[in-house]
Amino acid sequence: MAQDDAIEARSSRKVYGTGPEAVVALDDVSIAIRKGEFFTLLGPSGCGKTTLLRMIAGFETPTAGQILLNGRDITDAPPNLRPVNTVFQSYALFPHLSVRRNVGFGLQMLGRPASEIDQKVERALAMVRLGEMADRKPTQLSGGQQQRVALARALAPSPEVLLLDEPLSALDLKLRKEMQSELKRLQHELGITFIFVTHDQEEALTMSDRIGVMSAGRLLQVGSPREIYNHPVNRFVADFIGETNFLPAEVSGGVATIAGGIAIPVDAGSPEGAHTIAIRPEHVRILPQDAGAAMRGTIAETTYFGTDSHVRLRLDGGADLVARYQSDTAGGEAPPTGAEVGVSFTPGAVQVLED
Amino acid sequence: MSAREDGQARRDARNTWLLSAPALFILTFAAAGPLLIMLVYSFLTPGDYGNVVWKFSTDAWVGTVLSKDIFDGTYSLADAHLTIFWRSVKLSLITTFFTFIVGFPTAWIIATRSPRMRTALLFLITIPFWTNLLIRTFAINQIIRNEGLLNTFLLYLGVIDEPLLIIYSDFAVFLGMTYVYLPLMVLPLFAAIDRFDMRLIEAAYDLYASRWQVLRRVILPIVRPGIVAGSILVFIPALGAYVTPRILGGGRNMMIGNFIELQFGQGRNWPLGAALSVLLLVIVAVALVFYVRITSRESSNG
Repeated sequence: MAQDDAIEARSSRKVYGTGPEAVVALDDVSIAIRKGEFFTLLGPSGCGKTTLLRMIAGFETPTAGQILLNGRDITDAPPNLRPVNTVFQSYALFPHLSVRRNVGFGLQMLGRPASEIDQKVERALAMVRLGEMADRKPTQLSGGQQQRVALARALAPSPEVLLLDEPLSALDLKLRKEMQSELKRLQHELGITFIFVTHDQEEALTMSDRIGVMSAGRLLQVGSPREIYNHPVNRFVADFIGETNFLPAEVSGGVATIAGGIAIPVDAGSPEGAHTIAIRPEHVRILPQDAGAAMRGTIAETTYFGTDSHVRLRLDGGADLVARYQSDTAGGEAPPTGAEVGVSFTPGAVQVLED
Repeated sequence: MSAREDGQARRDARNTWLLSAPALFILTFAAAGPLLIMLVYSFLTPGDYGNVVWKFSTDAWVGTVLSKDIFDGTYSLADAHLTIFWRSVKLSLITTFFTFIVGFPTAWIIATRSPRMRTALLFLITIPFWTNLLIRTFAINQIIRNEGLLNTFLLYLGVIDEPLLIIYSDFAVFLGMTYVYLPLMVLPLFAAIDRFDMRLIEAAYDLYASRWQVLRRVILPIVRPGIVAGSILVFIPALGAYVTPRILGGGRNMMIGNFIELQFGQGRNWPLGAALSVLLLVIVAVALVFYVRITSRESSNG
């Protein structure tokens, strides 16, 4: 393994139950998470992302494979012997302890002297801006404040890796946005490796250095948000991250031919044969009918979303597409239903998918 | 507040009183009444053949802890009484402790089963209540007496050469009370553990707590109300136990309950019996206040 990997999972596998009822939660997942990076495990519920996180925390033992921390095998180490802390989805704050004692719990269990505990708790609370709440009980705090306490509690013992299990899912939209930037700021300041689990693709795109997309116990793609968004490896990733139009096509010699014989130029290195091509709605341009566009179509429906409108249209060849129409572009309002328009794709935006 | 709302509020208040009237009536006459009678009797003079003579006397109260020498009239500590008090308190404390030691894992196991299994197990816990206490205690007697099941079995196996002398000892009383009062400990503990958020265990474990620390720092403090309730439910009836020490302790290993009964029966000293009863009540009340205060202080400085 590379020197700068904080966590590495080697062909980790988790099977619940035995015999015909066995459920494979994690199917030979190998992944290396670098020191100091903000890594997100993204996928729908039941995809195995939480199982992987719990394996790193030590709550689950892999059926097969290994978990390494800084190159050291920790597969069989119990959670209390791993310098890894978790921010739980339910926060799991200790209701009988004050905020201060909650945050100091880890250090106390490590047997640190009282003076050090006080100082680190103070610092952790200041970090999440909850200094004045130190003597309250968790039940006296709002959801957002409890979230911060959970964060401070996990950070106070200075773990090498911080695990976050959908920590923002219980917050309302505004608070969630606030916590997103707060988490990002903390991660920058502390330089700790963050492993963040979410099913929210937007959250993953805005916060992460790298994303691992998971589905049905498998790791499908690992890459920067940009790579994942612009070059999804397969239909699942393209569909899960953002909106995408999928069109069946015959690919040959850098040209994809879709229904109605419309030829679309694609990457020269694209796989040949019958494949699905993907195009993001924002890369579909709607032009006036007489603008000389390569394709023509009819507007089927327009949905107004504030900053833009989603336009469903049917190409003359019979293929259905969704386009995003910026409200403030020169054209003003999106064309009305039934209007005949010209259609073009942003060059290089069309992806040929492997499967 | 409008006139109509005012009327509504008054009607609500009146209905509340009406609805609680039967309970208040029973409490006043069936609980406070007898207590008052006991208190009055404890300051009267014993009659020759039981009952009381309406003449004020503090002899009964003096007699609870001191005994008067029949010949020279000097007072000394009533060793026999104190021994009985001490045995009662000691056995009740030990019983409470052991029902907790046995009851906590039991309650934990029940609370962590699947809902169906849990219902079945709780049902099993309540089965002893179907049978009369007297019969259950005699059953224990049958098991532990010298020619009983246990001794016969052990002798047959050759583990022992002579029967174990369990029956008619403090140990037999403790054994019987632990058996009888165990459900009273398990049920409140189950209720507390059932409400306990098991995810807190993972959180503590994640924050470097060992298994023992998880139990001591997180689980026990949070289920404390259940421990307090269970302890009270076991300790109070144990302290006043009558049937169990009578059947399993024999005549020699009396507890306060038996001693009080003795005063109203063969002893023919109703005022002493009444004074002992009131004293028992005071001991329980003081112990309760003390216990609740200690446990609530511990939880508030957490």
